Amino acid sequence: MAGEHPVLETHGLTIRFGGHVAVDNVSCAFRPGTLTAIVGPNGAGKTTYFNLISGQLKATDGRVSLFGEDVTQMPAPQRARRGMGRAFQLTNLFPRLTVLENVRLAVQSRSGLGFNLTSMWAKHVELIEKAEHCLHRVALAERRNTLAALLPHGDQRKLEVAILLALEPEVFMFDEPTAGMSVDEIPVILELIQQIKAQGDKTILLVEHKMDVVRSLADRIIVLHQGQLVADGLPAEVIASPIVQEAYLGIIKEPAHA
Amino acid sequence: MLTTVLSGDFPRSRWLAALLVTVVAGLAAAPFIFPGTRSLDVAARILVFILLAASYDLLLGYTGIVSFAHTMFFGIGGYGVGIAMSKLGPTWSSLAAGSAISLALAVALAFLVGLLSLRVKTIFFAMITLAVASFFQILASQLSDFTGGEDGLNYKLPELFLPGTKFAEATLFGVELSGRLFSYYVLFAGSLALFLVLLRVVNSPFGRVLLSIRENEFRSEAIGYRTVAYRAVANCLGAAVAAAAGILYAIWLRYTGPDTTLSFNIMIDILLMVVIGGMGTMYGSVIGATLFVVAQNYLQDLMKLASNATKGIALLPDLLHPDRWLLWLGVLFVVCVYYFPAGIVGRLRTRKAPPAP
Repeated sequence: MAGEHPVLETHGLTIRFGGHVAVDNVSCAFRPGTLTAIVGPNGAGKTTYFNLISGQLKATDGRVSLFGEDVTQMPAPQRARRGMGRAFQLTNLFPRLTVLENVRLAVQSRSGLGFNLTSMWAKHVELIEKAEHCLHRVALAERRNTLAALLPHGDQRKLEVAILLALEPEVFMFDEPTAGMSVDEIPVILELIQQIKAQGDKTILLVEHKMDVVRSLADRIIVLHQGQLVADGLPAEVIASPIVQEAYLGIIKEPAHA
Repeated sequence: MLTTVLSGDFPRSRWLAALLVTVVAGLAAAPFIFPGTRSLDVAARILVFILLAASYDLLLGYTGIVSFAHTMFFGIGGYGVGIAMSKLGPTWSSLAAGSAISLALAVALAFLVGLLSLRVKTIFFAMITLAVASFFQILASQLSDFTGGEDGLNYKLPELFLPGTKFAEATLFGVELSGRLFSYYVLFAGSLALFLVLLRVVNSPFGRVLLSIRENEFRSEAIGYRTVAYRAVANCLGAAVAAAAGILYAIWLRYTGPDTTLSFNIMIDILLMVVIGGMGTMYGSVIGATLFVVAQNYLQDLMKLASNATKGIALLPDLLHPDRWLLWLGVLFVVCVYYFPAGIVGRLRTRKAPPAP
């Protein structure tokens, strides 16, 4: 099921903040049609690794390549337009715009209409319909006219995912998509990730703390610890490996109800 | 039809709609309703400042750019016409040349300032624009051979604009069909057209990106918008419209000087108009500019009346003395900001608001 050529690769990716090495020489390849879970204790460098891949941070050393092209020096907007989509861990929306407008802006970015100054945005009905479709998929359509800032936390997380869907990326990067969601909201997101995976040609990266989520979704797990990649393999292998058992299981494994 | 003209951005409040209709109708008929020299000057000033405030709102209210160089671009337009008229003579071609050169200069300068500094944080950008604007102000007063220094420039215009020009012996509703009338309606048409252009821009796909930058620049980049480029275009557009306002004002006044264009007081006035009217609403600049200019011109008269009426009562006549008008304008401003943090338009819209998409 996995494609042969990796869509996304990092080679010796490193970033230092002063003396602190937050991501240390991480080399990894991600193939289409697979979901890779990235786990590790807090402060292991998971989100920083994401920031390096999607361009919010510039690497001190190493390379990122997307579809075989070196994008290490490329700013975030260009990477996004080349198919890298990111949902953020800390909710990161346009607070005083409506839910629909948040998603519509992402659809519009994809359509390349941004520098159109002369038409009315409301006339581009196809963009609005697409945005509404994305809202339906995360079960948020009824709140389309609410300001993003006024949404409850769980809905803000869903909106974050809807924006990611609207970008129609090739690489989906989920940073703890279910964090802070109530138990009954989580299945919507998990099912959605399953659907994306089932398309078979998308590359999905998922940072997640909940082990049962990781077990049920991931084709592969990589473990980061103090910025270094310390384990990489099939879920069963990685979870069973001595290094993970010894060092991380206590941290990775959430209480059974989570 | 109306949707196309207003770009789908309706007042969304009955009171606001009524206010806007009143202001526009009043300005359209001003030469006939208020034919006096002073009152027509006030009407012309309102027209110019609506445009100036609206173009500033594009930056401040829609994009979140704080710039103090807006009067510089206004001045470039004014001096463009002034210098062209006084050096090249009062012909249509020199008017066109002066306008074209000043528009190009304003856009180029806005682009340059933007390129150098839009990457930095808001406050630093504000400081840089302040520095550039001060530099320009000094430049204008030093190059007195060109600019007339502190005295400014008086010049003639093509005949059509001159008050002495009569188009017909007849009068219309008792008003002479003179060059002054023509100038006023050129100003009115120019201001209205450019305002509607700005209204279209903020309601275009481009305008929505500007909103996203104001709301969360980081996220805007993450979904693929090169925000620096968008801000640069917004900056150039704002500068071009400000320069156009300067051109129109220079045509109306037949005078350009530091006090009518470059002064920092005007910058503050524009800022207040946008804030009082309501940032990020476009219509706010219409309401803000109208209120502000009317208050600037007539508050003193009103206070004189009040001061005379309260004669004999302790303290009150002194407080209401016309010389204290700035104090009362200040009080008015504080009250406005305190009670209408979203401006007058924002306040009127929240009375009964269908949510804006």
